[in-house]
Amino acid sequence: MNITRRRMLVLLPAAAVAWKFVLAGTPEDSPNYQMTEHWWAMLIDITKCIGCGSCVRACQLENHVPDGYFRTWVERYHIEDWQMEYPKVDSPDGGKNGFPVAKETGGKNFFVPKLCNHCADSPCTQVCPVGATFVSPDGVVLVDQKYCLGCRYCVQACPYGCRFINPQTQTANKCTLCYHRITKGLTTACCETCPTGSRQLANLKDPKDPIHEFLRTHSVQVLKPHLATGSKCFYYGLDGSVR
Amino acid sequence: MQIPVQGFMYPNEVELQWSVLIVLYPFLTGLVAGAFILASLERVFQVEAVKPTYRLALLTALAFLLVAPLPLQLHLGHPERSFEMYLTPHRSSAMAMFGFVYLWYLLAVLVLEIWLDYRRDIVVLSQSTNGWRRLIYRILTLGSSNISPRALHIDERAGWLITVIGIPSAFLLHGYVGFIFGSVKANPWWSSPLMPVVFLFSAMVSGIAVVMLLYMLVSSMRREPIDMRCVDTVAKYLFYTFVIDFSLEMLDLVHRIYEADESFRSLDFMVHTRLYFSQVVLQIFLGTLLPIALLGLVQVLKLTPMIRKQIYVLSGCLTLIGIFAMRWNVVIGGQLFSKSFLGYTTYKMGFATREGLLTAIVLTVLPFVFLWALVKLLPPWPERNSGALPDATPAH
Amino acid sequence: MKAFKDSGHLFRVAAVFLVGFIAFMVLRSLLVPRSFGRYGHYRADAIAEIAALPVSYAGHQACETCHSDIVDVKNKGVHKGVACESCHGPQAKHADDPGSVVPAKLDTAVLCVRCHQANLAKPKNFPQVEAAEHSGGAACNTCHQPHTPAIGAGVNQ
Repeated sequence: MNITRRRMLVLLPAAAVAWKFVLAGTPEDSPNYQMTEHWWAMLIDITKCIGCGSCVRACQLENHVPDGYFRTWVERYHIEDWQMEYPKVDSPDGGKNGFPVAKETGGKNFFVPKLCNHCADSPCTQVCPVGATFVSPDGVVLVDQKYCLGCRYCVQACPYGCRFINPQTQTANKCTLCYHRITKGLTTACCETCPTGSRQLANLKDPKDPIHEFLRTHSVQVLKPHLATGSKCFYYGLDGSVR
Repeated sequence: MQIPVQGFMYPNEVELQWSVLIVLYPFLTGLVAGAFILASLERVFQVEAVKPTYRLALLTALAFLLVAPLPLQLHLGHPERSFEMYLTPHRSSAMAMFGFVYLWYLLAVLVLEIWLDYRRDIVVLSQSTNGWRRLIYRILTLGSSNISPRALHIDERAGWLITVIGIPSAFLLHGYVGFIFGSVKANPWWSSPLMPVVFLFSAMVSGIAVVMLLYMLVSSMRREPIDMRCVDTVAKYLFYTFVIDFSLEMLDLVHRIYEADESFRSLDFMVHTRLYFSQVVLQIFLGTLLPIALLGLVQVLKLTPMIRKQIYVLSGCLTLIGIFAMRWNVVIGGQLFSKSFLGYTTYKMGFATREGLLTAIVLTVLPFVFLWALVKLLPPWPERNSGALPDATPAH
Repeated sequence: MKAFKDSGHLFRVAAVFLVGFIAFMVLRSLLVPRSFGRYGHYRADAIAEIAALPVSYAGHQACETCHSDIVDVKNKGVHKGVACESCHGPQAKHADDPGSVVPAKLDTAVLCVRCHQANLAKPKNFPQVEAAEHSGGAACNTCHQPHTPAIGAGVNQ
């Protein structure tokens, strides 16, 4: 890898400026970010997920997630023939280091990445007794680490199992859709490192976002639709056996 | 600490969120609601036979209600922030609204009713005792020493009104706890419109049982004869309430088995394995069917007071065990299975930890310590020998 | 008035409740955080606090400002859509101070198999091999250049 000194003289200042933009602290300071222009969602293409666990590792590194707890994880499903009500599922250490070779042969096998669904009608925010967890104006379900009591009601109320209590802070914790990144024009850590493009961040309020065309032309699903949570995590290719 | 998992659970579900302290909490508040409703039987419905238990029931309710927040505080990740529930209560949260139901019930119902009922005794005691006890009683009089017949009559009417308000308040107190669980759509073991009703009736059962046991215990400690007419009536009400409670629980069970929705297979397996002892053995057989049979026996057969007393003590104890088991089965049971309906985890209860067994035992004993102090401060019965309360009888 | 003479104690109780209520309201106005309720039932400042958290992954655009030559190589191969940090890990510190913070060398024996080890659950059309049989123990970059992995596209970079 050769970067000439001349190139460095040009590139370093440009990088510094770009980096300053990245490091801009608050949405209000970040020159271009307007909460009202965003309604965040996630699109996951099951047909592309290879269960490599890059997303799980990246999320842990980006968000300092303690070991044994997961803001995102990957599940592997094995379904025998028509037995949709009896899937075999595993998620060794959340899929963080990939998956061992499957013991089962045949049947239908696939991976399902899971994360907070950032529900529009979020049951977890409904039950929070003090308003420590909330849906932000741009559609991200967040937890106020300074206000949370650690009562764990939200963890009970989440149908998707995406919440946990951080043992160090003793407060509720979960995927923030990398809010500190997406408000700076970056994408989430999981989407950034997904090698196949299975995970894609989407802004539903942006008419030019490719998700609109995708949703129009593909059959998509959400997890547990009968609970009417207003989940904004859309899956393409999600099998009916997925829990 | 590796937690053994059977089948598949979402990774964050393996560790239980709500511990034995959260089992204890509805148990304690249930005793409160039940004891109060027994007391109100006398006050509002004029069931004169249970009068000897009236004051004891109120003090029992207060003792348990004062201890009830402690398991919650010990469970919270940040107990120092618990006051936020009163500062910025989230109106859609049953837990937040319950904070106010609790406060209302404690202050506007229980404390007020006890004060009104005891006011005459408090005034007398503020004049007849000395030292720090005198100071306490003087503070409790709020500076008014008016115990004229008219004032006492006003107290009586006000107390009656508060009891009338208190009955739906007691229903709300424990129904709300049931709703905290029953409104969680994510958890099919909890989510049910029957939950508040089941909680309420099991609360009444446990409350009546505890007052019955305490009355018998305290009477024998004071070497006073047990008023059989009183305990027979209390036991009768326990029997009726139990039958309703059992019917409701059976309704829930039969409905689940019949409809067999997506969660049924998983829950059924859980009940047959991990929850078998606490649900089938403790809650249903020993804790419900046996006491109902014993109490039912008393209703149909003519049994001697001696035998009846033994049956009441046995039934009372079994009832309390059974109702505690019911709370355990709801709270712990609701967290043992995965929301994917594909797996089960294990509850690892510590012993001398913040949320461990020892803590639970201490918190269960503590209300009786409080009760002892309350009985010393506000004696429920006329002191025949000490002469401290001349012709002291309950105000009504 | 005679009616009130004997109910004085009730007024005292009411007064105690009133004082308690007022004390509570005063306490509340002092303790509730200023920004609470601005956007909804939560502390609005929390949004800014969360948005201000430090970033660990720089994002491939940050890499591309300096390493455009690598990007050109990568764009010719099937790893075109794979972000730099997908393999190289979080490099925000390096992007912040490229001179002193040097990314660690990667071990292809661990890295490549995570994606390319054959597994029944992977999509059929995804390139996957039985790692042990495929290379006979040799490191992946013996034959494959990770930035453009097709054989013959350029080795030993």
